[in-house]
Amino acid sequence: MKGEKDDRRINCREALHRVYDFLDGEMTPERRDQIARHLDKCAPCLKAFGFETEIRRLVADRCRDKVPEELRTRIAAVIDHEHKNGDSAHGVAKGAEH
Amino acid sequence: MADQATFAEDTTGFMDSLYTAALRMTRSPSDAQDLVQETYLKAYRGYGGFEAGTNLKAWLYRILTNTFINSYRSRKRHPEETELDDVEELYLFRRMSGRDGAIGRSAEDEALDWITDDEVKAALESLPESFRMTVLLADVEGFSYKEIAEIMDVPIGTVMSRLHRGRRALEKALHDFGVARGFVAAQ
Repeated sequence: MKGEKDDRRINCREALHRVYDFLDGEMTPERRDQIARHLDKCAPCLKAFGFETEIRRLVADRCRDKVPEELRTRIAAVIDHEHKNGDSAHGVAKGAEH
Repeated sequence: MADQATFAEDTTGFMDSLYTAALRMTRSPSDAQDLVQETYLKAYRGYGGFEAGTNLKAWLYRILTNTFINSYRSRKRHPEETELDDVEELYLFRRMSGRDGAIGRSAEDEALDWITDDEVKAALESLPESFRMTVLLADVEGFSYKEIAEIMDVPIGTVMSRLHRGRRALEKALHDFGVARGFVAAQ
């Protein structure tokens, strides 16, 4: 299985079709090598892969929001309330004090 | 078994990213806040069932996703949202790398500098829900195909197909912003 598949050259169409899987790191090492070898020799495909990498970085970097402080406080209060309620419902808090 | 006593400490670091995801899912700051609050409450209640040492972030996202699907999506269901036009591969690249394209003039890592945070968010939010959530989990949060399949409770093949189609549609949405603002030549 290795011999023939490993040495097979892939064309631009096949390489570009796999750009997402390649960037995701979700492919077999053999397939990965095939594409890497193609990119070594093919500047236009390398450029396309670079561009897709940039889009990926852009989406990851520019899509972040911060939790409003008010929500952080509210969640802490809700958990605290739940903690007290849960404990007293089961008699745990009282029991633990004795 | 995880200990409820350490819940706040264990989970506080994920709150920003859960809120980011909630905003993209609900497209409404007030719904997003409610969704994150509900997620934390459910997570706290179920924390005893979380196996310490396994993937806490994925576990929280699964609760967030389920809560969203059960409580928020049903409120305003958009049947047409399952549809997504087919967009060709490398949509944006092909349109920016032509003779007059921006890529011809600058390195590819500068070719996209015009895109703003708000445009990336709007482009993502323009995707139909199932595609939006899949792209978000993969490209913003960095989950693997397998983790996304578990979070969304769908087969890995479905994750891959949604990612492929969703990312292409995202590129088209970014392209359309670029055309509107004159950074990308109209066809």
